[in-house]
Amino acid sequence: MPIYLLRRVLAAIPVMLVVAVFVFLLLRLTPGDPAAILAGDMATPEQLDRIRESLGLNDPLLVQFVRWIGALLQGDFGTSLISNKPVIDLVADRMWPTIWIAIITLSLSVAIAVPMGVLAAWKQGSWVDHLVMTFSVLGFSIPVFVIGYLLIKLFAIDLKWLPVQGYKAPSDDFAGFAARAVLPALTLASIYIALIARMTRASLLDVLNEDYVRTARAKGLTERRVLFRHALRNAAVPVMTVIGTGFALLISGVVVTESVYNIPGLGRLTVDSIFARDYPVIQALILLTSGVYVMVNLLIDLSYSLLDPRIRY
Amino acid sequence: MAEKTMRGAFPLSTRQLAARVGAAPIIAAVVLSLIILAAIFAPFIAPHDPILQDPVMRLKPPSGDFPLGTDNFGRDLLSRVIYGARVSLVIGIGVTIMAVVLGLAIGLVSGFFRTADAIIMRIMDGLMAMPSVLLAIAIVSLMGASIWTVMAAITIPEIPRVVRLVRSIVLTAREEPYVEAAIALGTSMPRVLWRHLMPNTFAPLTVQATYVCASAILTEAILSFLGAGVSTETPTWGNIMAEARIYFRLKPMLILWPGLALSLCILSINLLGDAARDILDPRMGKRED
Amino acid sequence: MPVLQIEDLHVSVDSKSGIEVVHGISIEINEGETVCLVGESGSGKSVSSLATMGLLPKGSLKVTSGRILLDGENLLDLTPAQLRDARATRMSMIFQEPMTALNPVIKVGEQITEVLQAHTKLSNTECHAKVMDILEQVGLPDIERVARSYPHQLSGGQRQRIMIAMALVLEPRLLIADEPTTALDVTTQKQILKLMKDLQQNHGTAVLFITHDMGVVAEIADRVYVMNQGDLVEDGPVKEILTAPKKDYTRRLLSSVPSLVPRSPRPATSPKPALRVTELNKIYGGSGFLSKAKTTHAARDVTFDLTAGRTLGIVGESGSGKSTVARCVMRMIDPSSGGIRVGDQEIGGLTRKGLHPFRKKLQMVFQDPYRSLNPRLTIEESIIEGPVNYGTPKEQARTRAAELLELVGLPASAAQRYPHMFSGGQRQRIAIARALAMEPELLVADEAVSALDVSVQAQVLELLDEVQSRTGIAILFITHDLRVAAQICDEVCVMRRGEVVELGATADVLGNPQHEYTQSLLAAAPGRDWDFANFRPVAA
Repeated sequence: MPIYLLRRVLAAIPVMLVVAVFVFLLLRLTPGDPAAILAGDMATPEQLDRIRESLGLNDPLLVQFVRWIGALLQGDFGTSLISNKPVIDLVADRMWPTIWIAIITLSLSVAIAVPMGVLAAWKQGSWVDHLVMTFSVLGFSIPVFVIGYLLIKLFAIDLKWLPVQGYKAPSDDFAGFAARAVLPALTLASIYIALIARMTRASLLDVLNEDYVRTARAKGLTERRVLFRHALRNAAVPVMTVIGTGFALLISGVVVTESVYNIPGLGRLTVDSIFARDYPVIQALILLTSGVYVMVNLLIDLSYSLLDPRIRY
Repeated sequence: MAEKTMRGAFPLSTRQLAARVGAAPIIAAVVLSLIILAAIFAPFIAPHDPILQDPVMRLKPPSGDFPLGTDNFGRDLLSRVIYGARVSLVIGIGVTIMAVVLGLAIGLVSGFFRTADAIIMRIMDGLMAMPSVLLAIAIVSLMGASIWTVMAAITIPEIPRVVRLVRSIVLTAREEPYVEAAIALGTSMPRVLWRHLMPNTFAPLTVQATYVCASAILTEAILSFLGAGVSTETPTWGNIMAEARIYFRLKPMLILWPGLALSLCILSINLLGDAARDILDPRMGKRED
Repeated sequence: MPVLQIEDLHVSVDSKSGIEVVHGISIEINEGETVCLVGESGSGKSVSSLATMGLLPKGSLKVTSGRILLDGENLLDLTPAQLRDARATRMSMIFQEPMTALNPVIKVGEQITEVLQAHTKLSNTECHAKVMDILEQVGLPDIERVARSYPHQLSGGQRQRIMIAMALVLEPRLLIADEPTTALDVTTQKQILKLMKDLQQNHGTAVLFITHDMGVVAEIADRVYVMNQGDLVEDGPVKEILTAPKKDYTRRLLSSVPSLVPRSPRPATSPKPALRVTELNKIYGGSGFLSKAKTTHAARDVTFDLTAGRTLGIVGESGSGKSTVARCVMRMIDPSSGGIRVGDQEIGGLTRKGLHPFRKKLQMVFQDPYRSLNPRLTIEESIIEGPVNYGTPKEQARTRAAELLELVGLPASAAQRYPHMFSGGQRQRIAIARALAMEPELLVADEAVSALDVSVQAQVLELLDEVQSRTGIAILFITHDLRVAAQICDEVCVMRRGEVVELGATADVLGNPQHEYTQSLLAAAPGRDWDFANFRPVAA
């Protein structure tokens, strides 16, 4: 087990390195003067010099890269070109709203989607199944921001049950936080629920065709026991996998959802940085989110061994 | 042996197949065709010029002349929504072609040549790890927002998904005895790849292509909505919604109409993809022989 | 009263077309009796047994008429809950593939305990005691440890013992066994058959044993029912069926079973060896950063010669390395060391490019006829692929393909059709034609008849023999089936765990085995006392 753990962690390093190289080259290999691209058309020569200085653009590429990676490893993600603050501080300021929304979304999605998928597979071909599949294809197809505005119109404007937009920290005002977090979380969860429910259904249907399910029936077990004891755990691995890969959708969704609901999280930070052409911040955000994605999938990989005794490392 | 008997005994007839697929894909095909026709013949269908501003007519409710009302510059919303289909479709189709062609080529190489595979898959893992919207936004913001950069920016994150699919199919197929037989018959590697392995990817790629297309249209809309897409002068569904955001409480339909068009378009493509998968699913194919 | 009495059972496909797959069969089994249901694929034998258990796949098959009486009670009238109660307590079933029939994520002890929990009110300690008792009875070693194991930690034979324990723990009146030993090696098969016989005698269980293997029938059956394409052909006591079958179908079926009496070696037509393998080694695994450096010595110093016009069989159980040797010879995999000489050319160390001119000389026929032809190419395209690769003009290759199809007994019109339009046996003929199109000097047949029904198997073996006498080709024949080897090989090479344990003329090795492993293999061959084709016991 420890050796496997080590091997998995080591395997994540080249992935992160690829991300780093890509992010690094993106700015440097863009046609034209990177400093001019960042500064925009109205920049003065002094501004350009300052940007070049700040990003070390005057040195050879390799030197820049090594220095950049060296700084990253020491936790230095660079300095914002706009506010002159260390990027890491900006991220720390904005990270909590995003983390809260993500946690709520994730638990909400799993809690809703897995039972939905199980029910659909169990009652395959029935109206329940059709309902779940219809919901799932809608969840895939309606863009997050459309769902967001629909929910706002329905629950905040027409019914006036919930505030329209904004954010409150849970430590300051928990009721206010909860009231404002419900809609963003639901919005964000829609696609995730669709994805997980669909995969749960498909995976369970596969498992229900296995020989050992037939054996379980031949033993005279009840359908309920066949489903919950014999089928569900075997169906879990593909579902875990899709929760992991779907995490990328969650990250992309956050950017949009925070814009729709005016939440001062990392998503808004991203959008603001893009308009300000604050490349160090964009760069750091891509690195960070990729890092989180890799970590989440690493944890999910490791969880397989808990679900399936054949996977022992 | 018993298993094979069972499979042999119950082939799925074409009629059952049609019953399985149902009416949804047919409706989806009709809706999608209408959207495509509207995009192609937009100049003839649209009642007004989509970019003609008229300060007098700002934010008017729907009327005979303006069936969906007007936006904050007094432009006709219906005309803008019709023209908006053009960018979405061009991007959807363009990205699909590029992602499938590149993904197929890279995936075939990766699935067949072990040395190349290690490197290619690390790069693909890296690309997969970057959230596609963030990556696309970064590319567009650096390279400028033309339709070409937007297309490239959306294509890059889609490629790894296609590569992985193609690679996994090639890895499975190359273990098939008929591939080994071809090698034993002295067939050259490129020819084995072309004649015996690549055809296995077509059915799953068709399905994947529809999902890539839907995803590309969605990402384009997100980019436009966030202000990182093609220039605001061109009406796109995302742009229309972005401009209407501040008037949302006042005129929610300014956002909901383009949103509806966008959702219908993606929904139709996804439904067609699901239908294609139901028909082409390799497991169903196996049952059929 | 019989324990199980099936009366005029009809089963159909559960759809509008409603094609009938079982056409009114009647079967009776008495207490303590073993009844074999024999038939080739598509005979409906498995369907009948699943119908009895009420386990027909929902939505694809259904019983349309008839009665299935278990101790006089019609199972088809029971509610689902009543049927559930009857399973495991009054009737049980074991399946062919013990790996997939056990749940991979639950410990085997718990899987047995579950039966007790579902049907009895025993306390935990009583359950445990009962599980241990039945594990003991099925002859497992170290039962406490086994009970705590997952299925993948056990061998195939042990897993099948677990299945038997699970089926018999509540002492049902009826045990249905669907090809329970088909996936096992012969030595394991022998042990499982003996175990079933012993348990049956101790508990008086009635056993319905489904099999395609006449050898197994001869070993265990009291009475036999022969099925063909959903019909019952004939039934009777085992001796009667084996010695005096009344129906043509049964006679044909029995005549197709290859004899264990080895053929006498044919005189070598030319002294020139077609294939010479010397000290061939293949080691798997062992490299890899931080990975478990576990190596498998799949072939160890394998040495043999094969002359033109003759057949050498490599026999052995699973994991013996016989397929590894075949794949090394074909250069599908690279040997770790040793020599492979085809004709006058050493090919063991050649690169992919260097190998190209010699590929022509060696061709292969694979085990699975459903996967060895590209489904997207017509038969003709498959057959001419090789010759065209070596520069034969297309027209000429097509003419030759038509001749070859005729040679393997298929009509010339087959050329334009696709593989899925042919049966398994026909596909294997096509694969042979494809190999022969290259005019090879050596044909490697890797379990080439193992997936076929015996009657088809006999025809394909005959074809290979005929081709050999016509073309003087050398055949390297890989098989796990001693009967097949006895029938077709001039010489055999017995392998175990990567090593050759005995090599010589088939008549010597199988007629008078020297190595104890060969002896045990022969002793385990089911029905070794019967000469099926001549409807009599082997003359001692």
